[in-house]
Amino acid sequence: MKPVPRRKDLLSFDRMTRDEALAILDTAKPFKDLFTRSVKKVPTLRGKTVLNLFYEPSTRTRTSFEIAAKRLSADVTNFAVSTSSVVKGESILDTIDTLQAMQVDYMIVRHSVSGVPEYIARHTKASVINAGDGHHAHPTQALLDAFTFREIHPDLAGKRIVVAGDILHSRVARSVFDLMHLLGVEVGTFGPATLIPPSIPDYVKVFTRFEEVLEFDPHVLYLLRLQLERQTANFFPSMREYHRVYGITDERFRLIRERGMHIMHPGPVNRGVELVDDVMTYERTLINTQVENGIATRMAVLYHLTPEVTSRTHDPEESA
Amino acid sequence: MQETPVLSAEAVTQAVKRLADDIHAAHGGAPIAFVGIHTRGVVLADRLVAELRTRRGNIEQGTLDISLYRDDLSNLAALPTIEGSDIPFDVEGATILLCDDVLFTGRTIRAAMNVLIDYGRPKCIQLVVLADRGHRELPIAPTWTGLTIPTQREDYLRVHFRETDGVDDVIHYTRDPA
Repeated sequence: MKPVPRRKDLLSFDRMTRDEALAILDTAKPFKDLFTRSVKKVPTLRGKTVLNLFYEPSTRTRTSFEIAAKRLSADVTNFAVSTSSVVKGESILDTIDTLQAMQVDYMIVRHSVSGVPEYIARHTKASVINAGDGHHAHPTQALLDAFTFREIHPDLAGKRIVVAGDILHSRVARSVFDLMHLLGVEVGTFGPATLIPPSIPDYVKVFTRFEEVLEFDPHVLYLLRLQLERQTANFFPSMREYHRVYGITDERFRLIRERGMHIMHPGPVNRGVELVDDVMTYERTLINTQVENGIATRMAVLYHLTPEVTSRTHDPEESA
Repeated sequence: MQETPVLSAEAVTQAVKRLADDIHAAHGGAPIAFVGIHTRGVVLADRLVAELRTRRGNIEQGTLDISLYRDDLSNLAALPTIEGSDIPFDVEGATILLCDDVLFTGRTIRAAMNVLIDYGRPKCIQLVVLADRGHRELPIAPTWTGLTIPTQREDYLRVHFRETDGVDDVIHYTRDPA
């Protein structure tokens, strides 16, 4: 039994090894098994406080973290930014000092500016989990995607994934690239050239035609949500045009079925844009599984992180 | 550290067999379920089940990981790997024989009972340990014990099994006399 090293924050995959990523993914499995018990809660984080600090609206991710923390018996507080003194002009650091004084152990942070969670992490003893910052990273989304992928293909090394859509505005895409690459998955991307950033990592194969995607033959086709709220320039002519060229049309869906590809999507889905309705009921569409796995994966991340507090002395083998 | 062998391989086999005899005498053919605590409690449960299956049926078996129920998680230097629990039978109304290698403070057993009760309400839980080394911090007593051995609080008592350690024995480690 190899003990897992402790880590304070989860901000991105920059300083993570494959072993550590696998350790988190392995831990998520027993957490998922708990969901079939009559009591779904475990006392692991009893007495600890988890704070959701969302500077950007989110219902799905925030709720997923909230359920994960509650199933670990932590106390959960939602810091509603729009109604707080932040709108009265309080700086991020002043907010953090205030929260620190309230003895928060874990902070789940989402912010529209890249780097804010890291900045907060440097100024607090609490463990910080990046729940999405600007176009930078969304590590727990990528972890739950990898967990979902591994349920179908236990050994991810040499498997293939294509991430399709708006890569430019997507923190999900960046984290999925990083983590999949770390786990030995071959990564491709498909979308309008205007939505593929020039800074895309070298290991990502860029496809601009669907035929190339079919040739690459990915195990998973990962559709990103077209982030309508982030589109500030005209990157493509119209929704209908986007669907026809880069979405899953009826014709493409037939080809995907034939090959038995799995479909993932971080949600929420724009029906008729990224995919046609029939994809939602396809037996290899994993969108709802991703949501369920999100809770188990986030429990594993909370378990894995350790806030900076008391000194630790004894060895885990030395059980009582 | 000074090592004193307490049980040889042969003595471990005999101790397990004696535990099986005692359990068989107490329960006869009534339905029972063995639950081993990771890691070496699982081995003890496996061996007891193998011994008893030659004499009777109606035995269920499961494993328990207590990591998430420990009361000292935040004091540990490294996180324990979670193996997960596997309870493939209905705990509600079951007679459960909880198995562990060494009984010491009783905190592991406290945690294990909490895990079991989160699965349902057993009819009863009985405790089987290969070695009881004393120094209880909670009011917990074994139902069946392979051997009782007096130790100092700071000593180590290690049970080794072929399945996990390559050998069968019990070793008592004490501080070298100064």
